[in-house]
Amino acid sequence: MSTELFFVQLINGLQYGLLLFLIASGLTLVFGVMGILNLAHGSMYMVGAYLAWYFVAITGSFTAAAILSAVVALGLGILIERVLIQRLYNRNHLDQVLLTIGMIFVFNSLQSILWGNDPYGVAVPEALSGSVPFTDNSSYPVYRIFAALICIAIAAALYFVVSKTRLGMLIRAGESNREMVEALGVNIKSLYTIVFAIGVMLAAISGIIAAPMRSIVPGMGESVLITCFVVVVIGGMGSIKGAFVGALLVGIVSTFAAVLMPTMSNMIIYIFMILVLLVKPQGLFAK
Amino acid sequence: MSRIKILASAVLATTLTAGLSTSALAAAGDPVKIGIMLPFSGIYAQLGEAGRDGLKLALKENASELHGSPVEFIELDTEAKPSRAPELASSMLNQHEADFVVGPVHSGVAMGMIKMLRGKDTIMIVPNAGSAAATGPLCSPNIFRTSFSSWQPSYPMGKVALEKGYKKVYAISWNYGMGRESLDAFKESFTAGGGEIVEEVLLPFPSTNFQSHVSDIADQNPDAVFTFFAGGGAIKFVKDYDAMGLRGKIPLLGSGFLTEGTLQAQGEAAEGVVTGLHYAEELDVPKNREFREAFNTEYGHYPDIYAVQGYDAGQAIASTINQLKGDISDKQAVISTMEKLTIDSPRGEFTFSKAHNPIQNIYLREVKDGVNMVQSVAAEALEDPARGCKL
Repeated sequence: MSTELFFVQLINGLQYGLLLFLIASGLTLVFGVMGILNLAHGSMYMVGAYLAWYFVAITGSFTAAAILSAVVALGLGILIERVLIQRLYNRNHLDQVLLTIGMIFVFNSLQSILWGNDPYGVAVPEALSGSVPFTDNSSYPVYRIFAALICIAIAAALYFVVSKTRLGMLIRAGESNREMVEALGVNIKSLYTIVFAIGVMLAAISGIIAAPMRSIVPGMGESVLITCFVVVVIGGMGSIKGAFVGALLVGIVSTFAAVLMPTMSNMIIYIFMILVLLVKPQGLFAK
Repeated sequence: MSRIKILASAVLATTLTAGLSTSALAAAGDPVKIGIMLPFSGIYAQLGEAGRDGLKLALKENASELHGSPVEFIELDTEAKPSRAPELASSMLNQHEADFVVGPVHSGVAMGMIKMLRGKDTIMIVPNAGSAAATGPLCSPNIFRTSFSSWQPSYPMGKVALEKGYKKVYAISWNYGMGRESLDAFKESFTAGGGEIVEEVLLPFPSTNFQSHVSDIADQNPDAVFTFFAGGGAIKFVKDYDAMGLRGKIPLLGSGFLTEGTLQAQGEAAEGVVTGLHYAEELDVPKNREFREAFNTEYGHYPDIYAVQGYDAGQAIASTINQLKGDISDKQAVISTMEKLTIDSPRGEFTFSKAHNPIQNIYLREVKDGVNMVQSVAAEALEDPARGCKL
């Protein structure tokens, strides 16, 4: 591999990793704060992509579609938390797994009923459809650079909210001692609703951002869910910083694996995960 | 519910026919049982629905050819899951006693079905799955195919690439039957004519992380790229290829499924992609125009290739029954009649090879303004080599 190709692939890996972070961040946030393992997280990613496609078809504008989809996802998150997830806080992980697996089936069926089983695609928004010269005969699409920047911006915003704001303080407090936070008069119920809805919205936003780069097909949520779990486990369950580092590592490792040993590429990230867990059984940034 | 209905009608049918002693009467009154084993849920649901709709349209149009036999459909959802296939096929055979079984879409499911149905009296008609084995090592007198073999759309593309002056080609696909067989068929004719495969990449199915490979293609700078991807993977690959700036620089060739049912989602990224396939929606054949309008009238949307293949399975069944004047009790006669059929397909007429695979034209198509435009006939009346078949 030439040095040039090495850097090209490094950039590909970073870009993929940033998107992975965005998807995984909601999963790890919800787990860290609420102790809920949301297996339907991938479905939220799928919902985001389908909503983006649906609203682009109606409004004709990607920006409008993105905003609408994110708002709908936020509402959906509140609804799911209030109606379903709230009943799980005092139950064990098995019950959570059963409910959230059930949600995967429900969302897949809803997708099939509402939007059919045809594969769809969303066009890259006009303003971002250009590309910048890259190597001798390839160029880098502006939209993918933009997507990476959005991912970085959201990562920074998450960091800021969690470490510098009052909400973030409550989130951190809720993570370490739920009863104490409640005893101090904080309404932990609505805090949980907010956190869960943000988690759902983050997954949906990743689906929206991914829509112009990927194909929108049934089952797209499940495939991304597994990779997300690898990211979260490597980074340490519940750690946002861990998810960031884990996502970049998984992005880079899987990109190079895909080029160097394509037939085995799916396996490599799991081997990588095993290696990380052998050294750090709780993940890189475990609490 | 539907199972109860079938049971009830079966009971009713036996009580009614029990009183009749002459076999001639029984033959005319017995329903023709057509089992449909297609995916109606999961990733291939759309393909399964199209195949079924095509099949039913053909039998409706040709109702007069059935010599008064009513048709009974038994629909089982394969979910495109190979593990369920033997069980479902077995129930078609033993419980429902189907005369014909039409299915499946997925090659893995085909293997499971063939295991149960091979050499039996029930006629199996494959309306999609292109696995070489079905009309190769596992071929059987009672197994027919109205679609294609994986070899057929890709083999002529090697010659096409050479004619266009490409010497070095980068080949990429998924590491499963259809993917491997497509690349092998391309390689066969391309290397025989002096072409060189600079790199052959097989990715785990159904991975769609193509960007790093597209970068690799840009770096290697071949004369052209040959690929087999379908569905969501096809959309993603064509989009990545365009996004990284390779469209218009390095020609993209493929097995026709790369641009089949995916053009709308691919948008401008698909412009100029050149593929080979046994059908094109805009194919200028009277039967095709007729079929497209009839299908649209019946279902409210235009058909795709999967509907054509299902439709031809239906035509094959109807013509066979017609030629046997409604008596399909002698399975040997059914098979030998079906073998000799000429199907007036929307893709152009075709006949069956010795191995029961269509002998058909492969069209060279290029995407122009979002449509697969037929450029020429890449191979006329192309017959699958049916390697390993002893029929």
